[in-house]
Amino acid sequence: METEAVISVRDLTMAYGPRVIQQEVTFDVMRGDIFVIMGGSGCGKSSLLKHLLGLLNPARGQILFGDQDFTTATEPERQALRKRWGITYQSGGLISAMTVAENVALPLEQAGQHNADEIRDIVALKLALVGLDGYQGYLPAEISGGMRKRAALARAIALDPDILFFDEPSAGLDPISSRRLDDLIVQLKETTGASVVMVTHELPSIFGIANNAIYLDAGTRRMIETGDPSWMRDNSEHAVVRQFLSREATQDGACE
Amino acid sequence: MLRGDWRADAYDDLDTQLKALNAASTKITVDLSDLEQFDSTVTSLLLRLTRQTAAAGGSLILEGAPPTLERMLSLATAVPLHAPPAEKKAGLFDGTRVRNELAAIGDGFLNSLGFLGEAMIALLRSITGRGSMRARELLGASYQSGPDALGIIALTSALVGMILAYLGAAQLQQFGAEIYVADLVAIGMLREMGALMTAVVMAGRTGAAYAAQLSTMQANEEIDAIRTLGINPMEFLVAPRIIALVAMMPLLVIFADVLGIAGGALVAGSMGVTPLQYLVQLQAAVSLPHFLVGLSKALLFAVLIAIAGCRAGMTAGRNSAGVGRATTDAVVTSVVYLIIADAGVNILCQQLGF
Repeated sequence: METEAVISVRDLTMAYGPRVIQQEVTFDVMRGDIFVIMGGSGCGKSSLLKHLLGLLNPARGQILFGDQDFTTATEPERQALRKRWGITYQSGGLISAMTVAENVALPLEQAGQHNADEIRDIVALKLALVGLDGYQGYLPAEISGGMRKRAALARAIALDPDILFFDEPSAGLDPISSRRLDDLIVQLKETTGASVVMVTHELPSIFGIANNAIYLDAGTRRMIETGDPSWMRDNSEHAVVRQFLSREATQDGACE
Repeated sequence: MLRGDWRADAYDDLDTQLKALNAASTKITVDLSDLEQFDSTVTSLLLRLTRQTAAAGGSLILEGAPPTLERMLSLATAVPLHAPPAEKKAGLFDGTRVRNELAAIGDGFLNSLGFLGEAMIALLRSITGRGSMRARELLGASYQSGPDALGIIALTSALVGMILAYLGAAQLQQFGAEIYVADLVAIGMLREMGALMTAVVMAGRTGAAYAAQLSTMQANEEIDAIRTLGINPMEFLVAPRIIALVAMMPLLVIFADVLGIAGGALVAGSMGVTPLQYLVQLQAAVSLPHFLVGLSKALLFAVLIAIAGCRAGMTAGRNSAGVGRATTDAVVTSVVYLIIADAGVNILCQQLGF
């Protein structure tokens, strides 16, 4: 595995107005990583992801993709970077007025490199990869929650991205569907060679697929641990992190 | 001593007794050994008593409490899971709140202007074919703000025409001038009520629908997805909605004018004005400027409704509560805009002599 950083976050402070969510967050995502952003509810996991995607702007600090500074990039420069990403949102983020096929075709049409026939074939391929070929004509409201996540994943991999972002992929899924989704993510990562950045607090996902992680603490509003999740569970000097990863609640630990 | 059955109805009595007791003493012993039935009233009272005595430096001892009661109390007095948040200002009229509200109004106005600017750029790009607007989005919005609204517009405008006729007839009858009902209804519908009533209905119908659709998309992260796919949501979602309403409103207003005048004819007929007389009188009364004033109002109102609806939707919070707020906001803002704009246009026409 190469050890080149695809995403470098330096000294990032996130805030909504005067309310600071997290401060001085610093980490690197390496090429080929399955990188998990974890932490308790309300610690700023999803906000951090939105910062990485450029949907929110940091109060301070830098986000670098390769050697390009995303925080100071103009919208067209950001867009050029985003073309290399696939993103699935917590609720899927499928356009509800469009069918599954139209949703998956959207990034392809937007990229403008393929004609209609090619797009139809690529859509069929991507849907087959997530096990949804044949569902082209369905609207997002007509398929189940797990299928919506898969369809969103198909859209995310439409342009063969370098980086895949997931916001709580298993939220709202039953254990089996969520396990299948995890397996799918690993398989896709291995076939496409993409790096994966995932926000989650699902322990099976964290231990099952992540090789690198950060822990955002809601109490101190800081990133307090980074490394391999299994190592963190056994060796972290922070009781909160060990408890989080071994699903233990104690009176003082639960405070944070 | 608490004995026997203790439930909600015994609360007041017990509370008074304990208050009297509490004022004097710091060490209270409550004997609960004969307590048989109890519910949360007793537990909550004991919890409050425990806290009060602890705050006063005393202690509360419970003797012979049932195990369930004891467990519940110890659970409630355990370390709170979340440290209570820093003090929350409650006063209705404290200074920071007023300042914040004023700042919010200012921000709201600036945001509206910003949104208007963005919408105009998106519109320009869409009209010149450079935007990412899709034909289907435009057709869908057009259907929704056009043909779909015909029924309700027919009903409201026919009734408004009849109301105008009744209103006028009652006055005109005193002078034996019932025939002028035709003038009143025609000019009233063409210049004023046709456009205004259609706009109010469309604000409640289409403006609110725009806000609801867009805010739902906001809550579902669809708009985030669109943005990160490199599509400008202003061009993709807002522009087709504005164009659709602006294209459909004049047609709806013409439809409303016709039905309103027809409604007036019905009422005039009941006063002894024959349809033929009504028509002849109409020809004399109606002139192009009246019609054009109404039509230009229709265009202006369409822009206002679409902008208010889309802005409310696009700036909504990312949750389901945001959807409700956005629709309310859309209707209230657009109706206020409509009435202000209508007054403005009337003053302008008066000054210019149209």
